[in-house]
Amino acid sequence: MEIPSIVGAGLIVIGAGLGIGRIGGSAMEAIARQPEASGKIQTAMLIAAALIEGIGFAALFAG
Amino acid sequence: MEKLIEQFSLGLFFWQLLLFVGLVLLLKKFAWKPILDAVEARESDIKEAISAAADAKKDMENLQADNQKLLKEARAEREAMLKEARELKNNMIESAKSEAQEEASKLVAQAQAAIESEKKAAIADLKSVVGELSISIAEKVLREELTDKAKQEKLVESMLDNATLN
Amino acid sequence: MRSKLTVRLIALLFFLLPFLSIAGEKGTETDIKSEIKAYIQHHLEDTYDFGFYSYTTDEGVHKYKGFPLPVILWDNGLQVFSSSKLHHGESVAHVGDAYYKLDHGKLYKTDAEGTINYDEYHHATNVKPLDFSITKNVFTIMMVSLLLLIVFSRMAKKYKTSALPSGVARILEPIVLYVRDDIAIPNIGKKHYKRYMSYLLTVFFFIWTINLLGLTPLGINVTNNIAVTFCLALLTYLITTFTAKKDYWMHIFWMPGVPKLMRLVLAPIELLGTLIKPFSLMIRLYANITAGHIVLMSLIGLMFIFKSWLGSSLSFVLAFGLGILELLVAALQAYIFTMLSALYFGSAVEEHDHDHAH
Repeated sequence: MEIPSIVGAGLIVIGAGLGIGRIGGSAMEAIARQPEASGKIQTAMLIAAALIEGIGFAALFAG
Repeated sequence: MEKLIEQFSLGLFFWQLLLFVGLVLLLKKFAWKPILDAVEARESDIKEAISAAADAKKDMENLQADNQKLLKEARAEREAMLKEARELKNNMIESAKSEAQEEASKLVAQAQAAIESEKKAAIADLKSVVGELSISIAEKVLREELTDKAKQEKLVESMLDNATLN
Repeated sequence: MRSKLTVRLIALLFFLLPFLSIAGEKGTETDIKSEIKAYIQHHLEDTYDFGFYSYTTDEGVHKYKGFPLPVILWDNGLQVFSSSKLHHGESVAHVGDAYYKLDHGKLYKTDAEGTINYDEYHHATNVKPLDFSITKNVFTIMMVSLLLLIVFSRMAKKYKTSALPSGVARILEPIVLYVRDDIAIPNIGKKHYKRYMSYLLTVFFFIWTINLLGLTPLGINVTNNIAVTFCLALLTYLITTFTAKKDYWMHIFWMPGVPKLMRLVLAPIELLGTLIKPFSLMIRLYANITAGHIVLMSLIGLMFIFKSWLGSSLSFVLAFGLGILELLVAALQAYIFTMLSALYFGSAVEEHDHDHAH
């Protein structure tokens, strides 16, 4: 049975969503722990989220 | 993926490359370089001004410390001068006092000496006057007495008595 | 206070205009659905003319409001003609002794009758001439470039008279400084960042402006063309490659502190990694903006499918909220693109301390 590529795309979106969610959650915790470093944490969070998002999109379009 | 490649438009890519590279170069020349240079110049100006202000503050503090020191010194000097003056005054008063005392005692001594000598002179005078007087009285008395022989005798006797008593 | 109100009114009008452009269409429910789908599809494509809106009259005639742009083709010599000759794909353009016709937004060379042949996948098999037309997107890029050039060169001139920012520079200077202090310097380092500032600043403001223009009802959608994002990513890749120091290449091909055999395995992976980085830059920008446009237009389209007060107002609220979110995304994608470009430039000029084990 052939699995349609849209299922793969869905799996990728789930994975990317979980990943970005984890990053966001961890960033929130980090900010709560160290509010004075919130700027740096936000920057790092955005970069990490963007990297995952990029891979997610790339896989989505490759699929 | 095929959709993306199919969608790729060479013309749009060509124009985007041309326009964007041109935009980067033009903006670099006319905008970013002057803007960043101006901002940097301003930042270094501010930095310099801040350090100059800090230097000035330091100088000021040094100056103030110097002033404080000078003031302290001046105060100490004044204190010393006052003390000296006070001492001098005391000394002067002391010496003046003693001098005056000396002078006074000297004067008193002189006066006493003078009085003594005056007294002596007066006494001598008195003595001589009294002597003359007594002689004249004696003369008178003698003259009177000598008129009477008996009395003369008596007188001589009394005088002799007195003379021995004296 | 009054000017604030005016700005708000204009903003509201801008939000409402796209609804008006669809509101003119008529038909049954399935018609509307397919029409909305076609409309979105059409919006995502580049066009040869600059259209503001189109509608169908009661007589069934398509009316287009906008202005034509020049078509420039290289087809046995240079061919330049106005896109008004193409009549939005409704008729064949006769230029010199050649015939051209639009099919699904793409230009093909045809015979005098305008026949378009399709293969079994419904792809046109006609010859596509080399196309350097000033399309809507190219026109928008030109306008944005001009706008940026005027705004920033005027801003630069003001610094000659006074060291303090005045006018529009008061808003733009903090952004320029943000790019310098929070994007370029931390990622590239104080020593090398100056060489990259022009590119980073231009990329940031270019993407941001064009993304913002994409949210206006002018129907501009430049950054959801793969060619545009490919060009930007390619430039980042080229700059990274050509300014890279010895250390950068050494860490790709012959990593210090790694066993010899592992180096042979890692080298191709690392080399592939250098290509994946700009590739993900390209896809990220493209996909974010495309997805935003599709979802926003779909939500607007939902209003005409629901046709009830509750459903339509709900989708209006959703579209409005998403529109505000897209404002954030427009800035965020420009920031991410600039940030990651700076990160890659930083890795290219980084000087490693090889005394430490890696």
